[in-house]
Amino acid sequence: MFQTRIHGRGGQGVVTAAELLSVAAFIEGHHAQAFPSFGSERTGAPVVSYCRIDDKEIRLREPILEPDAIIIQDPTLFSSLDVFQGLKSDGYVLLNSNKSFKELGVYDIIAKVPDKHAYYVPATEIAIKHMGRPMPNAVLLGGFAAMSNLLAFKSVEKAIRSKFSGKIGDGNVSAALAAFDNVKKTYVNEEKEKKQ
Amino acid sequence: MLEQIEGSHAVAKSVALCRPEVICAYPISPQTHIVEGCGKLVKSGKLKNCEFINVESEFSALSVAIGASATGARTYTATASQGLLFMAEAVYNASGLGLPIVMTIGNRAIGAPINIWNDHTDSMSMRDSGWLQLFAETNQEAADLHIQAFKLAELLSMPVMVCMDGFILTHAYERVDIPDQEQVDAYLPPFEPRQVLDPDNPYSIGAMVGPEAFTEVRYLAHEKQQQALKIIPEIGKEFADVFGRSSGGLIHNYKLDDAETIVVTLGSVAGTIKDVVDKMRENGKKIGVLSICSFRPFPKEAIRKALKNCKRIIVLEKSLAVGFGGVVANNVMMSMQGTGIHVYTVVAGLGGRPITQPSLIDMLLKAGKDNLEDLTFLDLQHEVVERELERVRISQKSGPAAENILRDLGVLGRAELDDWSD
Repeated sequence: MFQTRIHGRGGQGVVTAAELLSVAAFIEGHHAQAFPSFGSERTGAPVVSYCRIDDKEIRLREPILEPDAIIIQDPTLFSSLDVFQGLKSDGYVLLNSNKSFKELGVYDIIAKVPDKHAYYVPATEIAIKHMGRPMPNAVLLGGFAAMSNLLAFKSVEKAIRSKFSGKIGDGNVSAALAAFDNVKKTYVNEEKEKKQ
Repeated sequence: MLEQIEGSHAVAKSVALCRPEVICAYPISPQTHIVEGCGKLVKSGKLKNCEFINVESEFSALSVAIGASATGARTYTATASQGLLFMAEAVYNASGLGLPIVMTIGNRAIGAPINIWNDHTDSMSMRDSGWLQLFAETNQEAADLHIQAFKLAELLSMPVMVCMDGFILTHAYERVDIPDQEQVDAYLPPFEPRQVLDPDNPYSIGAMVGPEAFTEVRYLAHEKQQQALKIIPEIGKEFADVFGRSSGGLIHNYKLDDAETIVVTLGSVAGTIKDVVDKMRENGKKIGVLSICSFRPFPKEAIRKALKNCKRIIVLEKSLAVGFGGVVANNVMMSMQGTGIHVYTVVAGLGGRPITQPSLIDMLLKAGKDNLEDLTFLDLQHEVVERELERVRISQKSGPAAENILRDLGVLGRAELDDWSD
């Protein structure tokens, strides 16, 4: 079972992100379960959502305590709560930010996960560029597909289009693709740095 | 067709497939996306010959449902929590009059203190109203139970509540096989009302009944529930024949055959417990799970038979009979009378507190050594309770308990405290 926890703030589509992730997994034939941290869905308030993916029926109903992956939609959360709580030692981290983990003061945590398991992507900026709206949720799923290799980008695209039609769907898909490429590019650059 | 879908929307689709003719609801908190989904299906024309009525309160919602059902319309509504309490008088009327309304309860706690999260207190408050109460373990079962509920309600001419865990199921996206219209039509015949208000053949429904006949009318309600104990497994089997999967029935048994310890529970937490059971069985712990699907009628015989060979029973429930202990446990104890098998009560998940595997494992290890209190509150923070009791001892004017405890926990004053919505 692969468990993802998504942190963000009310209004950033945190709950939708988990739902879309579950739909993408479903499209690939997996079992998936997405659910919100019930209650605090008010604009600006910290919100958590969860997504479990497995190849058999998912019966577990507890919140995700030890995630395999954490997606952080808003780096301003670092000051108010421990978003990394329970992260597995071989886990993944994807952060919406144009600043590096070092600049944000969380490099120590990131250093504990394996290479190519932690990326930051300026998802809000990408969203504004492609859609004119600061919605980082679907964008980050593109980055997540690139980082985790868990799902094909095509499945993420289908999931996004199942929720958002027309122009909004197109915008989200092209933004998600930009995030996908961003992670892949960073990935390649890291490899080059190592070889040098 | 298999869909990755929110529980509430799956239920809305399932209800629509049952061809309801009247759906009425009070569409604000506490409510789920179910009636919103139903409303959209009516408005878009996908659900034909159905009137969606927005009313001004839950009391009105069920009152309108009663009126609609009495004129022979297949009728549906949904509510939860305080909403169910607000319709309480009508809840008893619907069952007292014998009207086959189906209502979803998206189970939630009852305030005060204000709490919007999941537990079973709302449904349990109406357990003796005469409604049948079916509890869903998954969203698939929730969707399926609604189809069975209309059949059951109309066969008996009694109302049925389908109870599903608020948020944990209603707001969860998972795969649900939404049936075809042809399948549902084959399973659920058109509604043939046992009694109907018809201007061409006028009679009254709802006579005043004095001491000369009240007991008899009430007894008949009990008798109908006894009939339901036979009908529920039958329509469950018929459902499996038509839809190719089993859902519903009186109880669900999981690894009971050799079980020394059996956990009895209701609703979605059964899934988490099954995962725990599988893990503990790897270490040789012989544990099983019995989840009750039909809480009203209470399947005493089936439960007694399923539990008779175990050494101990743990009833884990999301409800509390204040001043006694467990609501469900009380019913299980009565079913096990004379067997000498000890029944422990574990109250868990009140007001949405997560029921986690580590806590369950810890509790089950204690129970295995018969080292568990007869009444256990899972994950209760005893020191927090003690400090409040101390404040009360020290001062007559210690103030409101809820606020004191939140302040004690460092929660009061934090922005998240008032971050709630439906």
